[in-house]
Amino acid sequence: MILETIWFFLWGLLWAIFFMTDGFDFGVGTLYPFLGKSEDDKRTMINSIGPFWDGNEVWLITAGGVTFAAFPKVYAVMFSTLYTPLLLILFALILRGVAFEFRGQIESDSWKRVWDLCIFIGSFLPALLFGVAFANIFRGIPFDGQGLYHGNILMLLNPYGLLGGILFLLLFMLHGANWLAMKSEGDLHARVTALADKIWLALVPVAVIFLIASAFATNLYQNYLDTPQFMVIIIISVASLFMVKLYLSKKEYFKAWCSSALTIVSCIFFGVIGLFPVLFPSLLDAKYNLTAFNDSSSPLTLKIMLGVVIVFIPIVIAYQLWTYNLFKGKLTKDEMKY
Amino acid sequence: MDPVFLSRLQFAVATMFHFLFVPLTLGLSIIIAWMETQYVRTGDKVYLQMTKFWGKIFLINFAVGVVTGITLEFQFGTNWSRYSEYVGDVFGSLLAIEASVAFFLESTFIGIWVFGWKKLSAKAHAAVMWVIAIAGNLSAVWILTANGFMQHPVGYTIRNGRAEMTDFFEVLFNKFAILEILHVIPSACLLSAFFVMGISAWHLLKKQHVDFFTRSFRIALVFGLAASLITGFTGDLHGTHVAEVQPAKLAAMEAHWETQTKAPLIMFAIPDQDAGKNLIEIGSIPGLLSFLGYHDFNASVRGLNDFPKDEIPPVAITFIAFRTMVGLGTLFIVLMVYGWFRRDKLMESPIFLKIMLFSIPLPYIAIEMGWVLAEVGRQPWIVYGLMKTSDAVSPVHGYQVMISLIAFIVIYGLLGGVAYYLIGKHALKGPAPIEVSVKH
Ligand code: HDD
Ligand code: HEM
Ligand code: HEM
Repeated sequence: MILETIWFFLWGLLWAIFFMTDGFDFGVGTLYPFLGKSEDDKRTMINSIGPFWDGNEVWLITAGGVTFAAFPKVYAVMFSTLYTPLLLILFALILRGVAFEFRGQIESDSWKRVWDLCIFIGSFLPALLFGVAFANIFRGIPFDGQGLYHGNILMLLNPYGLLGGILFLLLFMLHGANWLAMKSEGDLHARVTALADKIWLALVPVAVIFLIASAFATNLYQNYLDTPQFMVIIIISVASLFMVKLYLSKKEYFKAWCSSALTIVSCIFFGVIGLFPVLFPSLLDAKYNLTAFNDSSSPLTLKIMLGVVIVFIPIVIAYQLWTYNLFKGKLTKDEMKY
Repeated sequence: MDPVFLSRLQFAVATMFHFLFVPLTLGLSIIIAWMETQYVRTGDKVYLQMTKFWGKIFLINFAVGVVTGITLEFQFGTNWSRYSEYVGDVFGSLLAIEASVAFFLESTFIGIWVFGWKKLSAKAHAAVMWVIAIAGNLSAVWILTANGFMQHPVGYTIRNGRAEMTDFFEVLFNKFAILEILHVIPSACLLSAFFVMGISAWHLLKKQHVDFFTRSFRIALVFGLAASLITGFTGDLHGTHVAEVQPAKLAAMEAHWETQTKAPLIMFAIPDQDAGKNLIEIGSIPGLLSFLGYHDFNASVRGLNDFPKDEIPPVAITFIAFRTMVGLGTLFIVLMVYGWFRRDKLMESPIFLKIMLFSIPLPYIAIEMGWVLAEVGRQPWIVYGLMKTSDAVSPVHGYQVMISLIAFIVIYGLLGGVAYYLIGKHALKGPAPIEVSVKH
């Protein structure tokens, strides 16, 4: 029981870290065509995330791998029922990844425009689709006891799913704007901070509607009604969202970025706590729900993996923090070319 | 539209494409780390130039390796969900460990290496390259351990309707996996060495940047010589182990139909799977197969006709793949040994240089054929002896897989074209003069 519970929350934590880290990369990539007016702007935007995005993306691989290791059936049913959206996300990530490397290889405007487009699609589409996917998971996916999907891909684009998509997209855009505000100077800096305020204004109503819609579209609030102490996570997410605004107006962009990171993590945990102990609910019948208790790996595997995670994840966090520290501060002209 | 067939095709396309880029990452990272170390030790700027020149190629190649790896990680769930449920307890943990132990290191440090030229001392920067090289090869160790489990499952028991791990160390020290590791990593080094030598040869033939490329060539030659010998040696060990634990694969890769002692090795054959015999056989050496498989000329080797008909892998593909790989492997050893004796007279050996230039694709062919042998020869099993590939597929519709397969082919085709165009363009341009000063 305890092992499974620990793994359930570790599972949530890994996804949350992925969204917190790669989230600002997605945000910067989504803002890229709107803020990148000159070649210098574009280079600043790319190089602001250049040293980080690849390491951040590995959180996705790890979240996927840990799902596979700890909850094999969830991994199997989740990714086969969400076959098409997941592959769309992966193809988009392919475009983004190679775009960063390929773009600077040839000095030609049309060449660069192709990869500019890929950076945008490769950031925008995953941000949106991850939101759609996770909102649908909160709501339940129409699959049966055999793991068979009953429905078509368009059913994922229900209003609640779309709302989740827009929520994620705006969250990441805000997070990315905070990051860029921290990294940039001059005209680009002025434009990104102005935009951050606007994104924030758009995000607040979406977040409120999402929280209300969750009461109707999902079962997430049951756990909160049973144990009201958990409400704290909702308070944190709302409070941190307001802290973003506060720090933006005080021009303390690092703190604003930390606040948006906290908003993202607490949003994910809002869902994870609400789901517990279900990892992957079925919309057809609750008896098909995949839970931490009916589908986890054997205790031996869970223990081994717990050992691995306890030893290595802190090490990973340590050297990633070191990287963030190494490349902190505004980008200098020197760092612009690579 | 059969989802099993389409999923197999899709997986084959995706892994084979991934493995066009992986081996160069594995081997070239070591070669570059060595060059950068030489720069730190001697202060000779040419080594820095080499690090940058080969490093740039490395990065283009690396980017494609990374993005194509990610789709693979998720394809076990998207396309092989029954398989994932069945062996996730063992197999999933190896993938998760790979990500948390190796991928993080590699992906984080590559960012530091690219952007950190001015932020780190020369020594620290070279150390970062070593971390990348080690992490890359470490990720190969874990994925091959996972593959080793599919080839020869150990350390598990069937419980709750699935394979559950009983002994982690048995899974780690699976002899099959260890032999794979010992064969794949040297073969990747071999491929990288040929790559470096081939491009160097092109410039040497044009008599440009002679010092730079002579030295690059000679560094790669040392790697290539060692790697070709080790690859051949461990390949032989691997074959003996296959004979022991996957007799059907052995019989298929030798197109050996009837069980017999003093089994002959056939140089070339055209197998006819339906008739259960070879249509044409050329050059049969009595007893040699018994010897290669069991190191005893009189050993009895089980023939394909003694296996149930539905447990025989596609013979012709397996047979040809094996012949191609071993033939090329032998050629590589010959080339490397010859090159070793010509190492001081490269400029006077234009024919050898020309051969090396045109040899760049050969290790790629050998390495892909090796995998075709390993994976196709394992059929019809996805986990040898435990689960058939046809029982492993996800309950998805054929048309879904059809669409994604087409998307894979189109996107990967374009990606591969662009990547090799850029690599080629950069390789032919030659090294840039050094402009960046590095902090000491
Ligand atoms: C440059 C590449 C290369 C070269 C020159 C060779 N191999 Fe190889 N071989 C591979 C690259 C490779 C590989 C792609 O890396 C494989 C696929 C699976 C594996 O473990 O390694 C492989 C597999 C593989 C297998 C099958 C293992 C299985 O079924 O899982 C055998 C028996 C051999 N090799 C034997 C040899 C021999 C006797 C060689 C003699 C020179 C040889 N290989 C050269
Ligand atoms: C990168 C080198 C590899 C190449 C080129 C390769 C190639 C292939 C090919 C050609 C197939 C299709 C075989 C068939 O259906 O007849 C296949 C299937 C498969 N391989 Fe590999 N493979 C590689 C490594 C791996 C590794 C490391 C794993 C596991 C960790 C793996 C897991 C699978 C699975 C699950 C299938 C699908 C089921 C099957 O057809 O057996 N492969 N691979
Ligand atoms: C013999 C087979 C394989 C070897 C030796 C291998 C090795 C590697 C290496 C060294 C990398 C680093 C980047 C690069 O290659 O350019 C990589 C990337 C990757 N591979 Fe493979 N791989 C193999 C097959 C597979 C398979 C079957 C999977 C599916 C689970 C997989 C998953 C990945 C992933 C997710 C990445 C991206 C990691 C990152 O972002 O750094 N690989 N692989």
